[in-house]
Amino acid sequence: MNGLLVALGAAVGAPLRLLAGHHLDRVRGEHTVHWGTLLVNLLGSALLGWLVGHGVDGRPLALVGTGFCGAFTTYSAVTVQAVNRGGWPGIAYAVGTVAGCLLTAWAGYKVGG
Amino acid sequence: MGRPAAADPAEASRGLVTPPHVRVALLAASAGGVVGALARWGLGERFPVGDGFPATVFWINVTGSALLAALPAIAVVRRTPWLAVFLGTGVLGGFTTMSAASEQTVVLLDHDHTGTALVYAGGTLLAALAAVWLVDRWSTPADRALLELEEADE
Repeated sequence: MNGLLVALGAAVGAPLRLLAGHHLDRVRGEHTVHWGTLLVNLLGSALLGWLVGHGVDGRPLALVGTGFCGAFTTYSAVTVQAVNRGGWPGIAYAVGTVAGCLLTAWAGYKVGG
Repeated sequence: MGRPAAADPAEASRGLVTPPHVRVALLAASAGGVVGALARWGLGERFPVGDGFPATVFWINVTGSALLAALPAIAVVRRTPWLAVFLGTGVLGGFTTMSAASEQTVVLLDHDHTGTALVYAGGTLLAALAAVWLVDRWSTPADRALLELEEADE
């Protein structure tokens, strides 16, 4: 049952991430600025932080947390985009994403708790 | 998405896809996301970590990053836009997760496991970046730019 809920959440979360990147990423010169990827990671981390802070578990967590938030956010795209960008801008993007998502997750956790 | 000339030159230069191809890409991302998320969930069930170092998600994010970096080296993936989106944005995007990494770090901090939290957050990023940097040796910058154009690394 939980597996089905994880699948359902992911079926929605992953294409929403693609849509965000498709509409919000911006090309500047030779490089792409991945605003869409950054936004989904910040929002998804805040939502999962809120769920866990609120003590949500079981089936609702499987659907919205493991499924939706897990697939809506991504780690691999961030590291690949950062290395492709290279240099200090790449490092700043990677470190900024991780730090920003920690902040939004913390805020969600505190609001939910 | 093997795109016919887009009407808007700005969109064409960005490599944006035309509407029918967006639908194909969204379906591929959705189906791939299900596969990736189920794999992540299955590993979490098989290897629960409790209150310690979140090793399962650490390895998921590091190996998922390395695999996403490997996609541009595979000719059939470069040639097949829906497959690139399915495997990249879908499977590996759904497999790896920023939200769980952040939430686990926050919970470690909240439980006063500050050292573990810092090693987890910093270690995941360093290991994943190093893995991508190493795997990038297998592909050319042009290969990687093509996958980015296909929106396979969103």
